[in-house]
Amino acid sequence: MKKSFWKNKAVQSLAASLLCIFIGLVAGFIVLLIINPAGAWEGITTIVKNFFYYPSAAARIKYFGSTLVKTAPLLMCSLSVLFSYKVGLFNIGAAGQYVVGVGACLYCALAFHLPWYVCLLAAVLAGALLGAISGVLKAYLNVNEVISSIMLNWISLYLVNMLLSTVKELASPYTLVVNSTSPGSVLPSLGLNELFSNNYVTIAIPLSILAAVLIWVLLEKTKLGYELKATGFNKSAARYCGMKESRNIILTMVIAGGLAGLGAGLFFLTGFEQWQCTQSSVPAMGFNGIAAAFLGGLNPIGTIFASYFIQHITSGGAYLDKALYSAQISDFISALIIYLCGFVLFFKQFMDSRAAKAEEKAHPAAPVQASPPADTDTEEGGEK
Amino acid sequence: MLLLIQYTLMFASVLMLVALGGCFSEHSGVINIGLEGIMVMGALGGALMMRTLSADTPAVVLLVLVILAAVLVGAVYSLLLAVAAIHFKADQTLAGTALNLLGTAAATVIVKALNSSVDSGNVSATVQYIEQKKAFLVNLGGFEFSWFMLLAVLVLIGSYVLLYKTRFGLRLMACGEHPQAADSVGINVYKMRYAGVLISGVLGGLGGIVYITTGVSEWKFEYGVAGFGFLALAVMIFGQWKPTRIALAALLFGLFRALSNVYTGFDLLRNLPVPSAIYNMLPYIVSLIVLAFTSGKSRAPKAEGIPYDKGLR
Repeated sequence: MKKSFWKNKAVQSLAASLLCIFIGLVAGFIVLLIINPAGAWEGITTIVKNFFYYPSAAARIKYFGSTLVKTAPLLMCSLSVLFSYKVGLFNIGAAGQYVVGVGACLYCALAFHLPWYVCLLAAVLAGALLGAISGVLKAYLNVNEVISSIMLNWISLYLVNMLLSTVKELASPYTLVVNSTSPGSVLPSLGLNELFSNNYVTIAIPLSILAAVLIWVLLEKTKLGYELKATGFNKSAARYCGMKESRNIILTMVIAGGLAGLGAGLFFLTGFEQWQCTQSSVPAMGFNGIAAAFLGGLNPIGTIFASYFIQHITSGGAYLDKALYSAQISDFISALIIYLCGFVLFFKQFMDSRAAKAEEKAHPAAPVQASPPADTDTEEGGEK
Repeated sequence: MLLLIQYTLMFASVLMLVALGGCFSEHSGVINIGLEGIMVMGALGGALMMRTLSADTPAVVLLVLVILAAVLVGAVYSLLLAVAAIHFKADQTLAGTALNLLGTAAATVIVKALNSSVDSGNVSATVQYIEQKKAFLVNLGGFEFSWFMLLAVLVLIGSYVLLYKTRFGLRLMACGEHPQAADSVGINVYKMRYAGVLISGVLGGLGGIVYITTGVSEWKFEYGVAGFGFLALAVMIFGQWKPTRIALAALLFGLFRALSNVYTGFDLLRNLPVPSAIYNMLPYIVSLIVLAFTSGKSRAPKAEGIPYDKGLR
C-alpha cells in the first residue's frame, strides 16, 4: 500500500518542529501584546528578522556573520546534548562542560600565548574531563547524571571565574582581549572574514558543521555508534550482547563533554566576546543546546538548522526596543519551544492516527491486517 | 555563631520544603527536575504580592497572603509539568528542564515589564521588599526567628503523616512503585500523579519565597534561584525519599550553604588561605560527594520517570 505523506518519519519530525516554533512564536507574541499592545507586532517581527533589521545589504551580511559566529558554539552544545541523549543520558551538563572549555582555552591563550589548535585541544580535553566525571559517577556509583552535571555546572563556573581572574583586565571584570594579547591563538578565518566583512567569522563555522556531519556518521554508520545507541535503548540487553555498558556510558559522556568544550573554544578563540570573571550564573549556551537538539528532531543535520534558528531569535531579541520589552523574551520563546518539544511524541502519534484514518477512508475495503499492529497500540494508549 | 545557626536553619527550611515537594512528586512516579523553575515562580508570586501590599498591612495578613500567592503560583506552574508528563507522556527530564528555563525567563520578562511600567527608566529585574519582609521575622535576642522555620517544621510533620499514615499517602506511593498494580485495585493513577506533582508545586513555590527572603531584601530575578532546586533534589536523594531523613539531610546541606554566606564572621575560617569561591562551591561539592556514596543503594520509587500507559498492563 502506498504510504501516506504524513506517515513519513522525516516529514513528521519536520512538521512537529515547525509546529513547536509556530506555537512558541505565537505565545511570544501574546506576551508582547500583554506587556505593550502597541509595539507587539513590531516586536515579534524584530525578533524574527534579526539582522534584516539593518537596511543596507553590507550591514545585513555582517550581522548575519555575527549570528553565525554564535551559532557555532550553540550547535556544538546541542550536538553534545543530542549525542548523549541517543545513548540514554540527559547531558544538562553541557553548560558546565562549555564553561570549563572557556576556562581552558582562554587560559592557554592569554597566559601562555599558545597557538590556536593547542588552545582548542585544551578546551576539548577540559570538557571531556568534566563529562568523564559525570560518566564515571553514573557508571560506577549510579549517580543520576542530571543532578551530578548540575552540581558540576556550578562548581566549574566558580572554578573558571577564579582561574580567569588571573588573566583579566586590571580595570574591569573582563578577561584580556585574545586578538591583541595573543594573535596566534585566534582561529584562522581562511578568507571567510572578507566574505562576511566581519573579522569574527572564522573556520569555527565550517568546523562545527563538519562536527555535526561526523556525529551523524558516528551514530548511524559505525559499529561504535550502534553499540552506544543499543546501550541507551536497553542497558541490560546491551550487556547481554557483550557490550561494555559502563565503558559506553563513560565514553559517551567524554565525547559529549568534548563536543561542548570544543564549542567553547570555537567561540571564545574568535575574540567575539570576553569572559566576565564575576559572572554569577552559568551561561545559557548549554541550556539553549537542549532546545536546539530537540527542535532539530534529535538528528545531527536537523540540529544545524535548529541551532541557527534558536540563535537567530536570541540575537533578534537584542534588537528589541529596551524601553518597551526585555531581550529575555527570546529566552522565553526558546524555553517554551523546549517545553513544546516534550509534546512531539504526541504530535507524531496524532499524525499517525490521522494518516491511518485517512487511509481507511481511501480504501474502505482494505483488510484490517494491512495496518501495522503498532498503530493500533498507540491509538489505544492515546485514548485515555 | 548565632548568625550561622540562623542561616543554617533558614537554608535548611528551604531545602527541606522543596525536597519534600520533590519527594511527593517522585513517590507518585513523576521525576520533578523542574523544582528550580517552580521555586522561581513561587518566589515571583510571593515577591509581587509583597510589592503590592503596603508595609503597614497587619503582619498576619501579609504573611498569609504572601504564602498563598507563592503556593498558588507554584502549584499552577507545576501543572505545566503534570499535563506534559502525565497526559502527553512527555520525557519528564525534558519537561522539567523546560520548566526551569521558562521559569527564569518568564520571571525576568514579567518583573522587567512591571518595573518599566512603573518607571520607564527602570529596566532591571529586581523586586524590593525591605519593609514587607519584616512581617516574617521575630527578633529573639539577636537571633532572627522567621515564621518560615516553624512552617517548615509543620510541613515536615504534615508530610510524614500524610505519606505514611493516610490512605492517600499509601496510595500515592503505590503509584510510584507499581502503577499497574495500583490501577488494578481501583486507584486512579493519573489523579494520584496529578496530586503528587501539585503538592510538589505547592511546596516548591513555598520554598521559593522562603529562599528569596533569606538574608536579602530584594531579588534579581535574572539569577533564578542559583541551583537551589537542584540542591533540594540532592537532599531528597540523600534523604532516600523519606521525610525524616530529608530533614536531617537538609540541615547538613543548609550548614554548608550558610557557611559560604557567613564564613567571614569566623576568625579561624577567614584566616585560612582559601578563596571565597571555594566556599561558594562547597555545597555543590559536598552534594556530589554525598551522592556518590549514597546513590549506589538507591531506594528511588521503582516506576518514577516512566509515563503510565493503561494499555501496557
